Amino acid sequence: MDLALFFQHLANGISLGSLYALIAIGYTMVYGILRLINFAHGDLLMMSAYIVFYGMLVFALPWWLSVVLAVLLTAALGMGIERAAYRPLRDSPRISVLISAIGVSFFLQNLGIVVFGGRAKAVYRPAWLAATIDIGGVSITTLALLIPGVTLILLLMLSHLVYRTKTGMAMRAVSRDYDTARLMGIDVDRIISFTFVTGSALAAVGGIMWALRYPQIHPMIGVMPGLKCFVAAVFGGIGNIPGAVLGGFLLGIGEIMLVAFIPNLAGYRDAFAFVILILTLLFRPTGLLGEKMAEKV
Amino acid sequence: MRNKRTMILLAVLLVAAFVFAGCGDKEAGGEEEVTEDVIRIGVYEPMTGDSAAGGQMTWEGIQLANELYPEVLGKQVRLFLEDNKTDKVEAANAVNRLIEHHKVVAIIGSYGSSMSMAGGPVAQEKGIPVVGCSPTNPLVTLGNDYYFRVCFIDPFQGRVMAQYAFESLGAETAVIIRNVADDYAVGLGNYFQEAFVEFTGSEDSILSVLDYQKGDQDFTAQLTTVKNLNPDVVFAPGSYGDSALMIRQARELGIQQPFLGGDTWEAPEFIEVGGEAVEGAVLSTHYSPEATPTAISEEFVQVYKEKFGKEANAFAALGFDAYMVILDAIERAGSAEPQAIRDALAATENFQGVTGIITLDENGDATKSAVILKVDNGEFRYLTTVNP
Repeated sequence: MDLALFFQHLANGISLGSLYALIAIGYTMVYGILRLINFAHGDLLMMSAYIVFYGMLVFALPWWLSVVLAVLLTAALGMGIERAAYRPLRDSPRISVLISAIGVSFFLQNLGIVVFGGRAKAVYRPAWLAATIDIGGVSITTLALLIPGVTLILLLMLSHLVYRTKTGMAMRAVSRDYDTARLMGIDVDRIISFTFVTGSALAAVGGIMWALRYPQIHPMIGVMPGLKCFVAAVFGGIGNIPGAVLGGFLLGIGEIMLVAFIPNLAGYRDAFAFVILILTLLFRPTGLLGEKMAEKV
Repeated sequence: MRNKRTMILLAVLLVAAFVFAGCGDKEAGGEEEVTEDVIRIGVYEPMTGDSAAGGQMTWEGIQLANELYPEVLGKQVRLFLEDNKTDKVEAANAVNRLIEHHKVVAIIGSYGSSMSMAGGPVAQEKGIPVVGCSPTNPLVTLGNDYYFRVCFIDPFQGRVMAQYAFESLGAETAVIIRNVADDYAVGLGNYFQEAFVEFTGSEDSILSVLDYQKGDQDFTAQLTTVKNLNPDVVFAPGSYGDSALMIRQARELGIQQPFLGGDTWEAPEFIEVGGEAVEGAVLSTHYSPEATPTAISEEFVQVYKEKFGKEANAFAALGFDAYMVILDAIERAGSAEPQAIRDALAATENFQGVTGIITLDENGDATKSAVILKVDNGEFRYLTTVNP
C-alpha cells in the first residue's frame, strides 16, 4: 500500500466526513431539545443552496451577501415550518410530529420541483475555493480545508451557546421537561422557535458548503445528505453535538475507505451507512458518545 | 380539539404534497373523455430527477413535431405527457397510467434505458406499441414485440468510442467508471470493454472497472484509484450530471487524462456543471446540427431554432423522429388501432428522419451512424461521423 495513496483516501474521507458532520450538528441539536427527528433538515439544506444560486445568478448579488441572505431566509423558513407544522402538534403523540416532519420534507421537495424546475442547476464557485494544493503527493482543494474549519467553528459556537449562555440553559431545561421549564418562567415557545432557527441556519451553512463541494443542485439534493447525516447523528449519539461531529467524520471516512479498498462493494455505499444505523440501534442505541444521557442537549 | 387540528393539518400537508407531486402532469385528475376524432399518443419521459434535461429536450422535439404535423388520417393527434421521474418504478406506473387513464394508442419514450426496460413489459402486456427515442441498451427491444426505437444501440456506441480511444487518442489502457444501478451505463461499459480489448489485443488493457451508485455525488475514492492506476483514457458512461461532477473532482485530484462518454453527456448541464474541467471531453451521440444527414434535418434545425431560440440537439431530433415514425405507421396502417400501428411500425423501411434514414430490423432497432462531439470552449463541437 502506497502511503501517499492512503493519505489521499484519508483526505477524501475527511473532506466528505466534515460535510456530514456539519449537517449532522443541526440535526442532532433539534433532536436534543425537542426529541423530534426533523426530516425536513435535508430539504432546508436544498432550499439554502437554491437561495444562494438565485441570489448570485439572478439578482447578481455578491457571493457573501447571498450566503448571509441564504442563512437568514432558511432560518426564517425553519421558524415558519415549526410554527405551521410542529407547534400545533406539540401535545400530540410523538409519532404525529414525525409524520408531519416527513410531510414537510415531501412538501419542500415538490415545491422545489414546481418553483425551481426539475433540471439541475450549476452553482458558481469562486476560483479561490477550487484551487488545488499538493502536499506530498496528496491533492486537496482549499474548499476541503475550509469545510472542516467551518464545522469546528460552528461546533464551538454551538457548544458555547448551549452550555455557556442563559438561552442555552433554557434550551437544556426545555429538553428535560416542557411543563417544569414553563413553571420556571421560561418561554417555551420562544426557546423552541430559537432552536429551530439555529438548526435551520446550520442546515443552511451545510447546504451552501454542499453546493460548493458538489456544484450541481436539484430539488432532491437534500434527500441523501439528510439521511446520511441522520445516520451520522445516531451513530455519534443523537442529541450529542460532539457525537454528531464524530459520527459524521467516521461515516465519511468509512464510506470512502469502503469504496477505495473493496471496490466491488462500491454500489453498497449507501447500504453501508444504513447498516451502521441498524447496528448502532441494535447494540448501542445511545451511540458512540451517548452515555451522558442526562446531559443531552 | 387538538387531535382534530392535528388530523386536519396532516391531511392538508398530504394533499398539498400530492397536488404538487402531480403538477408535472397537466392532465391529472378527472376522467378522460375519449372521442373518436382524436388520436391519443402518450409520452413518458424523465421531466424531473437525474435525467430531467434529457427528458425535457426530447419532449421539446416531440412537441415541435406535433405542432408541425398535428393531424393524421384527418384526425387530430393529442399528446399526453407523464413524468417518469428518472425512476424505474415510476416509469412502469407512467406507462400504465398512459394506457389505462389516458387510453393512448401508442407511446413515445423514454430517455434512459432503465426506464424503458421498466416501462416496456407493461406496454407489451397491454398490447400498446412504444417507440423509444434514445434508450440504447439492446435489452429494451429484445424479446418485446411492441418496443421499437429510432436510435442506434450500445454495442455500436461502445465500439465507436473504443475505436476513437484506440485510433485517435492512441490509448493502450483504459479505466471504466460506471453507475452500477443504470442499465445503460453498465451495458455501454461492457461493450466498450469488449471492443477496446479487441482493438488493443490485450485482456489487460482495461485496468479496472469501478462502480458508483445512483445518487452518489462524491467520486473521490474511485478517482484516487484511477489516479493510481494511471490509464491512458477514462471511459465514464453515466448521466450528464454525475459525469460532470466526476470530471471536476478528477481535475481537482490532478488527473489529466481525457474522459470519454456516451450520448447521455449531451446536455447543457454537462458543460454548466463541469465548467473548465470538461473541456476536451469527448462523447458519441446520435446527431449534430453541424452535420445534417437528410433534407428534413436541415429544416428541423431551422424550425427548432426559431421556436426555442437555441441550437437543436440529438434528443430533440430523436423525439421528433419517434413522433414522425408513429404518424407514418398510422398513415400506412390506415388505422389507429394499437395492433395495426404495431404491425406498420415493424414494417418501417427507409423512413426519412431528422437523424437519418430509419429502417427497423426484426428486433425493432434502427441502424444508424453515430457522431462524435468534443467539448471545446464551452460548446459541443462536431468532430466526425462514424458509420456502422
